[in-house]
Amino acid sequence: MSAHLALDTAETSTDMSKAPEIINPPRLGRWIGVILVGTVMAWIVYQALTNPGFQWDVVGRYLLDVGVLKGVAMTLQLTAIVMIVGLLIGIVVAVMRMSGDPLLIFCAHAFVWFFRGTPVLVQLVFWYNLAALFPAIEIGIPFGGPKFFEIPATVAISSFTAALLGLGLNEGAYMAEIIRAGLMSVDNGQSEASKALGHKPWHTFWVVVLPQAMKAIVPPTGNQVIGMLKYTSIASVVALYELMHSVELIYSRNFEIVPLLIVAALWYLFLVSILSVIQYFIEKHYSKGWQGQDDRGA
Amino acid sequence: MRHEQHPLNEYRASTMTAAKTDEPLVRCENIWKTRGRNLVLKGVNLQARKGEVVCLLGPSGAGKSTLLRCINAIELADRGLVHVDGVPIGCALRNGSHVRLTESQLSRQRADIGMVFQNFNLFPHMSVLSNIIDAPMRIRRETRAAATHRAHELLRKVGLLDKAGAYPRHLSGGQQQRIAIARALAMQPKLMLFDEPTSALDPHLTDEVLDVIKGLAATGMTMIIVTHEIQFARDVADTAAVMSDGAIIEMGPARDVLSRPTDPRTKTFLARSLPDPQRQAV
Repeated sequence: MSAHLALDTAETSTDMSKAPEIINPPRLGRWIGVILVGTVMAWIVYQALTNPGFQWDVVGRYLLDVGVLKGVAMTLQLTAIVMIVGLLIGIVVAVMRMSGDPLLIFCAHAFVWFFRGTPVLVQLVFWYNLAALFPAIEIGIPFGGPKFFEIPATVAISSFTAALLGLGLNEGAYMAEIIRAGLMSVDNGQSEASKALGHKPWHTFWVVVLPQAMKAIVPPTGNQVIGMLKYTSIASVVALYELMHSVELIYSRNFEIVPLLIVAALWYLFLVSILSVIQYFIEKHYSKGWQGQDDRGA
Repeated sequence: MRHEQHPLNEYRASTMTAAKTDEPLVRCENIWKTRGRNLVLKGVNLQARKGEVVCLLGPSGAGKSTLLRCINAIELADRGLVHVDGVPIGCALRNGSHVRLTESQLSRQRADIGMVFQNFNLFPHMSVLSNIIDAPMRIRRETRAAATHRAHELLRKVGLLDKAGAYPRHLSGGQQQRIAIARALAMQPKLMLFDEPTSALDPHLTDEVLDVIKGLAATGMTMIIVTHEIQFARDVADTAAVMSDGAIIEMGPARDVLSRPTDPRTKTFLARSLPDPQRQAV
């Protein structure tokens, strides 16, 4: 019996052609798909090349226009600052939410509930018109106490600060939920082990728990950054000179609406592509210890 | 050996024995702990002299792990005091009352007590070496060179010198647990706590971890070990304490308790745990 088996294996290992071959079934559906997709793409390219409405010469003229570049710079700047503000607020609110302290949990809940529950556009316009509610921004003891600092609201709230507050607070609420999900994904044993070694709470959070949570936090955060880059275009309603507003100003003068929208779209597409590459490398960094072959018990 | 079941009696008995011997390294006095509506510890007393190995045995849910976790303040007892090396753990005496310490103050006390967990809990985003040297560098302010030197020494002792650069995920459970022991030892603790160190391992890997713990016992390390390995407890423990339903029901020299138990519950527990001829033969 065993000799017979041994002979069998010897045969198969020496001559592969004797083993029955397994072939794939014909993929008719895929060929039909190729034809359909090919037709649609050919039509798009044909239109792009022949439709005079695209006005590629106008697109080319404005793609690197100084006004547009200034808009790009502002879009990048606003995205970066809003995301940093959102990330910091998000960490603080997520930690509050998971602290176990009833007052902190209530505050975190209230924050997320309010800023996630109202549209960004409303918040943005609200902050921009804050002067209507509070003519002066004061720091001091409320209900008639002394004032330490006072500034007119119209001075304090520019287009930029309105955009920063509106987008940043909203982003903070969303980031808080993303970070909370990340922190919850880390096994409780990790913080216990860190505590048992004698690490201080901040060390346990920053060195042990957060880096592990990053694996779950980075992908949705990348999504948020990419979303925010395009979402900053909403700040054009409070006349902030970002990419969208910069092309609006140009086409309101020369009425070349479509080519200038293409200019904006190309820039957004370009910036998002770069962000995607950056996200890839950050994800790779935080998956340290999880990648590679499993050479268990070697 | 004590058979009193009323916690107050146990308390008196323990203070009397404490007066006779010198001050033990670990002294748990009348520990009470509730979790939700459940009483998990009902006035437990436990002591460990310097160099003593105490094994905590008993059925699941008896409160063994909870008691262990109260000793290094990973969990805080509701009532009762834990002293390690004469210092109250988790609280300080202020104006005649015991006031709970802050999390930051607790971390200072925990640094002197090593703990090994059932699920190893190595930090998966750090290499084996970083796992071991991180705490000595940050908490003991050791230089990287000094910490690394001792880490290598410890890795050699647990037989894993070649794994310094590996990540925990790439190691077997037994290897991870040996690294976890090395990580705890790197802090040069006065006391080591083991919370079911082999329960997550298959029998083949269990022995390599138990051998490391036996070696550690031979060096005179004070250890409190929660385990289900009766044979191991018989080999390594000076004292065995059997817990059931939140209380210690039987305690004494390991050989006596595990060979000639007096409490019927201990008898039932041992009868259920022991009849595995393969384990016994080891």
